[in-house]
Order: sequence, then structure tokens, then C-alpha cells
Amino acid sequence: MATVRLAPVLRASAGGAKQVSAEGSTLGEVLANLYERFPALKEQIQPGEEVSRFINVYVNDQDVRYLQGLQTNVAPNDTIILLPAMAGGM
Amino acid sequence: MGKASREFLRQARRQVPEWSPAQVKEALTQQGEAKQDVVLIDIREKHEWNEAYIPGAIHLPRGFLEFDVEENVPDKEQTVILYCAGGWRSLLAGTTLQQMGYKNVISLAGGFGQWKGSGFGFTMPRTLNADQAKRYSRHLLVPEVGEQGQIKLLDARVLLLGAGGLGSPAGYYLAAAGIGTIGIIDADIVDESNLQRQILHNAKSVGKYKAESARDTIQALNADVKVIPYVERLDETNVKRIIADYDVIIDGTDNFPTRYLLNDAAIMLNKPVIHGSVFRFEGQLTVFKPYDGPCYRCLYPEPPPAALAPSCAEAGVLGVLPGIVGILQATEAIKLILGIGEPLVGRLLTYDALAGEFNELRLFRDPKCAACGENAHPEALPTYTEVCALPAQ
Repeated sequence: MATVRLAPVLRASAGGAKQVSAEGSTLGEVLANLYERFPALKEQIQPGEEVSRFINVYVNDQDVRYLQGLQTNVAPNDTIILLPAMAGGM
Repeated sequence: MGKASREFLRQARRQVPEWSPAQVKEALTQQGEAKQDVVLIDIREKHEWNEAYIPGAIHLPRGFLEFDVEENVPDKEQTVILYCAGGWRSLLAGTTLQQMGYKNVISLAGGFGQWKGSGFGFTMPRTLNADQAKRYSRHLLVPEVGEQGQIKLLDARVLLLGAGGLGSPAGYYLAAAGIGTIGIIDADIVDESNLQRQILHNAKSVGKYKAESARDTIQALNADVKVIPYVERLDETNVKRIIADYDVIIDGTDNFPTRYLLNDAAIMLNKPVIHGSVFRFEGQLTVFKPYDGPCYRCLYPEPPPAALAPSCAEAGVLGVLPGIVGILQATEAIKLILGIGEPLVGRLLTYDALAGEFNELRLFRDPKCAACGENAHPEALPTYTEVCALPAQ
């Protein structure tokens, strides 16, 4: 299972977890698996067909927009990072 | 001068050819036209050089001349013109260089005094005053900064967007480092809940404008720094006018509309923006250098809707966290000003305080970016209104 690391603003939708595991051989499958367990994440990450434009997704530190997007292959040891825009200067 | 010194000089004069100021001037002019290749060395002491020197000269004081000359003039065939104040020390130094194997050593007859007396031009170098040399002595000891680097810092103009959690530590350290002009734009008033992290303010500044409280703290630390407070919000009407006056912008705002507004204006005016943000135990920063790396819109083409942007008062943050991120922003500003190191362009550095981990993600320029891509029109992009339900801190 791939490891999915959640940015702080997404954690409330995943029971407070900082990282979770999810199954799938492509990014699209991994995310779908993630939403089955944490439905609230879907609204934040992928409300429609595509990943929302204010969330950046990295597979092994590479931006998936420059890989194959949702078709990007994901291996069991890969790490996916979900990084929404952050504004706080506080 | 004793008899022996006079004899010593006489011998030196027989050995080392002398050129008049007019001849040296001619050689330098021809060098400018690439017809002749000469190296002009000022061998006087630093305090003499600091007053004035001949344009184009390099400064190698006589005390260390033998040790430093080869690094500067590796070719022993090179024509080397030495000068001092009156033309005597340069004769003696000339004999030394000859002993070291330099074949074409010349002494400027009458030295710098005769040069000036002949009406030729000179340069007065900028130097630090005695107080500055003392205050910034730890910078002067670092070769990558040094006196010229410190002068660059003193000439630099940095704009802080916000005198809050990020702007406070960034501004405080930039002031300590001797950044000559610091602009601070913040329309907010200091609240007690700010003092947990916004170290430019103190218990006595509660109720004052942040921009003015920050100015007072900075000026108590370092009177070299000119602080320009702006008690206003950045908006479409003032953004270009304000950022035009600065070399580097430190973005420590707490809301999306300002970040997009700043991004688009910074691209139009080609100003680097050092972007930082914090949330609870985590922070991130990167440098947006227009056309050198991605911009904010390359990363996030548009802001998130209100429901997904808990960026405001309810978010909470560990007080020390913006300290870390703000000081990293100040560090990046200094690197950009001095032109040293590898700036965080195209790299997002993230810090997780609980894990005690730094991570780095590569960021790419989007060729289709609406702000900095091939067919971009940053001037035509939308601005946004605050999406936060609660007022920003």
C-alpha cells in the first residue's frame, strides 16, 4: 500500500491522521481508495473529475501534473503528498 | 630620511623605471581601448585608499604585497604599475617585485599626489564608518559578505508584507543585519493575542498600529535602518506603486487575495517574492523569482473556496513556528541581495516542527501559467476578496 501524507489543513477530514495508507496501482485508484475510507477528503481534493486546482499532488516528490496526472503509476512503497495552498502568515 | 635610506632609494630608482602621471594615464586609456594591458596596483595603507584612489587600481597594501601579488598578477611578464602617495614606497615595492621575477614593473613618479596635482580623476570608495565596522564586524569576517557585501545590504530595500508572525522575525533580523531600508505594510493594530509570536511588538504596543510599533522596535535596535511604515492594506490601487520601490518582498500575509495580488504585480515589475506560510506545527517557504522559476499561480492557479481555506484566526499556530519560517525568509532575502548561494527558487521547503523534519519539493514553471507563462497577461488577472469567515489575526 502506498503512503499518503496529508497537509495539516486536510487532517481533520481523515480523523486527524498525518499519514494514511491507501491501495491502488495508479494515483486515481489510490485516491479513490482514500475517499472510500475518508469521504470528506473527496470534496477537498477532487470534487469533480480532476484534482482541484488549489491542491498539488506529488508522487515521490514529483508534481503529478508533470507526470501522468491521475494515471501516474503508484508502487506500494511510493509516497504521495497532498499539498493545498496555504495562506497563513499569522 | 637618513643617509642609508636615501642611498637605498637611489638604487631602487636606477632599477625601477618611472612613468609620469601623463604616461600612466595614457597607458590606462589605451587599456580601456584594449590596445595595452597593464595592471595598476595601489600599495598604500587602507586608510589612504579609503580616501581616494585611481580608477581601475587594485589595492594590495605593501605590507602583504609579496603574499598577495601572485594571486592577482600570475603572469610575470605582465606590465605592473605601482603607486603610493609620493612615489617612494612604490620604488621600493618595485624592487621587491623584480626580485620575485616580475619583468615589467613601473613606478608612478610622484605617486597619487602628483596624479591628483596633474588634474587626473580619482574615485572615492564607499566604506563603512567606524561604528558600522564594529556593529557588522561578524559580517565583515565572512568572505561572502565582507565590507562590499555589507554596503550592498545597507543599500538594499526590503518590503515586509505584514508585521505579524512571519514579518516580525524576518524584519527584526533583517534590521540587525543592516538592511538599509525596510518598508512595512500592515493596517492592523497590535492585539494581546499577537504577542505570543509577533516579536516586533510588546505589551506597550497593544492598541498601536503594527507598522508603527514595528518601526519603533527596529529603530531601537539599529538606527542605520530607515523604516517606512504603510498603515494601509495592499490593494489594486497601491500594490504597484509600493512594491516598485523595493528590491525584495517578504510575503508574510495571512490571506489568499493579497498573495495573488502580490504575485501578479511582482511579475509585472520583476520583483522577487519570498513566500512563507505557517499552520499549527508546519510551515513552508519558497522564492518566487519572476521568469527564473515558478510563480504562485504556477503552483495554485486560483485560490481555494472559503470552506477549504482555514487560513485565518481559527487556524492556530505554535508561536515559535513563524519565527523559524520568518528567519528562513530573511536568510533568503540576504542571499538574493548578496547574490550568494542557492536561493529556494523552484523549491518548496517544508518544516514539520513535531516531526523535527525539513523536506523539499521541486516546483515547476507552468508554461501555460496565466501570470508568467508564454502568453500570460498578469495585468488582466482577477483579484479576489477575502474568503475567510473570521477576521484575520
